[in-house]
Amino acid sequence: MSETYHAQAPTTTPEVGGMGHALKRREDPRFIRGKGEYIEDVMLPGMLWLDIVRSPYAHATIRGIDASEALKVPGVLAVITGRDLEAAGLHWMPTLAGDRQMVLPTDTVMYQAQEVAAIVADSRYAAADGVAAVLVDYEPLPVVVDPFKALEPDAPVLRPDRGPDKQTNRIWHWESGDKAAADTALAGSDVVISEDIYIPRIHVASIETCGCIADWDPVREHLTVHMTTQAPHAIRTVFSLVSKIPEHKIRIKTHDIGGGFGGKVPVYPGYVLAVVASLTTGKPVKWIEDRSENLQADSFARDYHVHCDLGTTKDGRLTGLRVRTIADHGYSDAAADPSKFPAGLFNVITGSYDLPAAFVEVDGVYTNKPPGGVAYRCSFRVTEAVHSIERMVDIAAHQLGIDPAELRMKNFIQPDQFPYHSATGWEYDSGNYPAALRKAMEIIGYDELRREQAEKRARGELMGIGISSFTEIVGAGPSHTFDILGIKMFDSCEIRIHPTGSAIARLGVQSQGQGHETTFAQIIAEELGIPATDITIEEGDTDTAPYGLGTYASRSTPTAGAATAIAARKIRDKARLLAAHLLEANPDDLEWTNGKWSVKGSPDRFKTIQEIAFAAYTNHPQGMEAGLEAVDYYDPPNLTFPFGSYICVVDIDKGTGQVKVRRFVAVDDCGNIINPMIVDGQIHGGLTMGLAPALYEAITYDEQGNNQAGTFLDYLVPTAMETPAWETDKTITPSPHHPLGAKGVGESATVGAPPAIANAVVDALWHLGVRHIDIPITPQKVWAILREKGVTA
Amino acid sequence: MTTQHVRVTVNGQPREADVEPRLLLAHLLRDAFGLTGTHVGCDTSHCGACTVIFDGRSAKSCTVLAVQANGAEVTTIEGLEQGGKLHPLQQAFWDQHGLQCGFCTPGMIMESTWLLGQNPDPTEAEIREGISGNLCRCTGYVNIVKAVQQAAAELRAAGAGTAEQASVAAGGR
Repeated sequence: MSETYHAQAPTTTPEVGGMGHALKRREDPRFIRGKGEYIEDVMLPGMLWLDIVRSPYAHATIRGIDASEALKVPGVLAVITGRDLEAAGLHWMPTLAGDRQMVLPTDTVMYQAQEVAAIVADSRYAAADGVAAVLVDYEPLPVVVDPFKALEPDAPVLRPDRGPDKQTNRIWHWESGDKAAADTALAGSDVVISEDIYIPRIHVASIETCGCIADWDPVREHLTVHMTTQAPHAIRTVFSLVSKIPEHKIRIKTHDIGGGFGGKVPVYPGYVLAVVASLTTGKPVKWIEDRSENLQADSFARDYHVHCDLGTTKDGRLTGLRVRTIADHGYSDAAADPSKFPAGLFNVITGSYDLPAAFVEVDGVYTNKPPGGVAYRCSFRVTEAVHSIERMVDIAAHQLGIDPAELRMKNFIQPDQFPYHSATGWEYDSGNYPAALRKAMEIIGYDELRREQAEKRARGELMGIGISSFTEIVGAGPSHTFDILGIKMFDSCEIRIHPTGSAIARLGVQSQGQGHETTFAQIIAEELGIPATDITIEEGDTDTAPYGLGTYASRSTPTAGAATAIAARKIRDKARLLAAHLLEANPDDLEWTNGKWSVKGSPDRFKTIQEIAFAAYTNHPQGMEAGLEAVDYYDPPNLTFPFGSYICVVDIDKGTGQVKVRRFVAVDDCGNIINPMIVDGQIHGGLTMGLAPALYEAITYDEQGNNQAGTFLDYLVPTAMETPAWETDKTITPSPHHPLGAKGVGESATVGAPPAIANAVVDALWHLGVRHIDIPITPQKVWAILREKGVTA
Repeated sequence: MTTQHVRVTVNGQPREADVEPRLLLAHLLRDAFGLTGTHVGCDTSHCGACTVIFDGRSAKSCTVLAVQANGAEVTTIEGLEQGGKLHPLQQAFWDQHGLQCGFCTPGMIMESTWLLGQNPDPTEAEIREGISGNLCRCTGYVNIVKAVQQAAAELRAAGAGTAEQASVAAGGR
């Protein structure tokens, strides 16, 4: 369907390849040949390997660590413990959320699989042998896995290291909206729908795990860290502040990254341990995480216990929303949310609806789990918000006997209400929600599906139709509101045009598969008329790229994409002066079309961007600086608000409880599109990472805090067999404030898909008295319900 | 630890090394032979990123010991391109946007060569089942399926539709 959804045809030729062209990806030739360079592929001379001893207990006192046998293992060179780090003041480190976490414990382990000691050896196998030979004497302590129990008065205080006024497992309390207004609205509502919705802990499970090579050069007193990071510049600053190594003596260098999805934003203990090991040995030290370590120790998301009260009139006009949430962060708040937003952008929970009153409160809580809430292809807790409001709206529709599509249409923020000010304080930039839902309904044949469902229900078959009309909130963010550890969330691009008319651009963001080498070249092609194939895009070297906060939360196009366009326009402005000089014309008499400045009214008198670039180095006017380059640090005036409507059809096997997604139509609106092929790819992937938590994935813990999904045997990443053939289409509502009218798309589908699927399952079962099922909706859960309802034996 | 000498034909070239008996084939290929296109994405044989063709059959090279490969013929992603021309599957993955981060791609392509060698004209369901031992976290599989379909059509049109010829195209003998 990629031909059908362009608002307008591309304005550049396919050879130039500007916005709107489905340009094939320029990073692919190396990947399809096996010539990508991921962190594990990097081998440095004399390189050592680091492996990690991990705790089998979720909460225990360390009575002693005996590494004597490990040090006898051939190839093992050193053992690092928490006591060693304590001597250097490095046993704790700050988190991006302003809390702190252990690099290695000195006394107490706080979660299963926590790092306890590190082994440095001359090969990966010797390092693993060393790990197996370390003896740790633990004394188990009472384990707190339930965040509600953690808040009870007699619960053990898990973080006594915090100040005397913070001897509680409540990390913080955060509020948004108007409590009195919400209470009044709900008190005056005909009906109040209340529901507890749990959104479980999940894991990004990028197919490449985390890893790094720390390379300390004792002669130059310089540290290079080759690293799987989505935010290289911020990491450099954090490393400098923690290690006291001057920032100009630290270089963070990324390579190809095998998926990130937010899991590669934080600093994990393994990275720091590799740095310490390299500082100690003076040699490069590589740390590559195993999959089971990855699934047990880092890169977690969600774990939100949400209670919603939604008010409505009898005829389905929504009146108010009140939300109370317990956020399980594990033993440290190591999420990567902006400083002023400990619960991320969760207060976008009023969603796509014109809700006059809303109040949201969230309590962050410590438990004996690894740090959670980092990310899972989600823009700062928006998935939790969207799942909650879309479930609530669906329950309201069913309870009132109104079709879920009709109830949504009735309550949508209307196109003429934009810019729309939400009850929790956001200014939505643009949208046309009815158009997206109508389009999805037409494509899937909604009315016909409802008829089919009625017939099937009469025959006793279980079929459900679920809708999700989500609003995303991305592009963090404006510097007056958004920072991480005080660093403002702008992003950047520097463009240099070479004398022969080709170019290089460097950005502060970091691709992990999104295709930046293609799309950012297309933006420059659009703005300057230089063919995208003549433009090199470089990211992830802090020695060369301009400072930026990195790629996560769908922020690259809204921030660095905008910076790229603005930097290109600065170059175009200088090119105009150069062209005027070459054409002996007044700059005001020139006009820009298709990669050239020409004299108005004399279209045959022009200079191409390539001719102008050459002149910038060979024939620039006296008094003008030579060269043709520009940099832009873009501070967005607002966030962007992509949206969409998804409709899902499920069939449920009454015998097994298995949910089969028969069809899934996704109509997305991410504003103007840079590369429609890549946008569709992003949506396909996001939908699959929405299907996953809806039906399959969850990290669960038993009462002792044992991770019950610590390998791919139990953590069920969807394969091609479970994943349906996604059907995608678009509407296009440009962002009014982004220089390209673009909004960002990477996470829309992950945010929008889970409630469409959950709503479809509940829709299939509502007539049996089923009101809500927490995700993941496993066959076991459905089968138990069907048994309870007497549907299956 | 004692070592054993192994001789393996990799991408048509004889290679040899002294290895610990516990060394995995994936690590032999990557660390000893420098063929880093074969990736390791898990430790339980679930993800398939390390898939190679081993004596004509697809195998997860993280689940084969290097010593088991003594005398074997192994084809990796680096062995698919012939005479500067991409294998139809490599071309199709590029054409159809069948990859994003690229980490699962070598294993996905190698498994698909085996699949098309076995079944030159697979249905969509057969393709999905055929690659179900390979996890992709980025693409949602839609475009991978399209890529396999494109390559299958091209291989058939090129007269490589017989099992024997498809096997050659797939890097077998």
